[in-house]
Amino acid sequence: MSNAVAHADDHGHAHAHHPALQHHFDTMAQQKEAVVVGMWVFLVTEILFFGGLFAAYMIYRVWYFDAFAEASRSLDISWGALNTAVLIFSSLTMAMGVRSAQTNQRKATVNWLILTMILGAVFLGVKVIEYADKFEHHHVPGYNFQWAAAHEAPSTSLGAGEHAAAAAPSTAPVASEAAAAEPHRELALNADQLQLTTQLYFSLYFTMTGLHALHMIVGIGIMLVITRMAYKGRFDEQYYTPVEMAGLYWHFVDIVWIFLFPLLYLVERHV
Amino acid sequence: MSGHVSPVSLYLTIFIALMVLTAVTVFAAFVDLGQFNFLVAMIIAAFKASLVIWYFMHVKYASKLTKLTVATGLFFLTILLGLLLIDYVSKAFTAMPMPLS
Repeated sequence: MSNAVAHADDHGHAHAHHPALQHHFDTMAQQKEAVVVGMWVFLVTEILFFGGLFAAYMIYRVWYFDAFAEASRSLDISWGALNTAVLIFSSLTMAMGVRSAQTNQRKATVNWLILTMILGAVFLGVKVIEYADKFEHHHVPGYNFQWAAAHEAPSTSLGAGEHAAAAAPSTAPVASEAAAAEPHRELALNADQLQLTTQLYFSLYFTMTGLHALHMIVGIGIMLVITRMAYKGRFDEQYYTPVEMAGLYWHFVDIVWIFLFPLLYLVERHV
Repeated sequence: MSGHVSPVSLYLTIFIALMVLTAVTVFAAFVDLGQFNFLVAMIIAAFKASLVIWYFMHVKYASKLTKLTVATGLFFLTILLGLLLIDYVSKAFTAMPMPLS
């Protein structure tokens, strides 16, 4: 009780606190340290959350490597590489956004954050194209799942001519699809086994990329709020913690993709 | 306490390094390295992730407590993946189920 009174007296005197300093922290540095550690604890839970999926992926990949190799080849490597580049670029713009906030450049902060959101949207747009392709080729696990040769024959004979004339991005998946239909080497799995085990790959593909995409959507949502705060001039060189924390989250999502890209797209490309 | 402000040139260098490593990982996937394709891909990915964590996420300039927190996450991830895989790869009771055989 007497402590609280003494504390209240402390606040009576002349030196002004930063408006963003919460009353239960002594200094801005102490407050920021608490937030950064808290954010990292959250990110550690996220690492282990995705870690469980990576563990499931690893076991099934070791068990059914042939299925993973064949299914992975049906993905279009150029979309995956493009999205990797887009996300890395968005990490750069995010880092620049945080830097602008650190140096109290309000307008630049807002612009960098908007560019980051746009790049996030581009990533999601490419993901939509890829998902649509999976539906088209019956590569979505479940009742209508069809792996390779059995269903490729009619679609390729029907579309061979028009596909050749179509634009590059649309021919690429078909070409890789046809390539995947023909085994690249002696497989340990027969056609029925491939039909079952490639579904495991695609289940993991949709779970992992889907959860990653969900994180991207959440990230863009967070960024909208932060951009509005930045626009309203809520940050300065003493207080930009929300921008930096949004950045940590965004970079984390980028790191998840850095691992997802080789694991899903590059299982076995050299045969 | 405004924290460390990294020069723009550093961010650009990291960005270019990440882009080059992405190209390298795609290129390496098309070279037959036998069992080592996977290892090479994972080493490149881990290196890219380290660059992002160390420079973009400012862990390089963070307190020891923050560094310890990050290390804790990686430590438990290693336990999760490492010990699990040791079991699955080496123990007979986790043999591969082969459907329809």
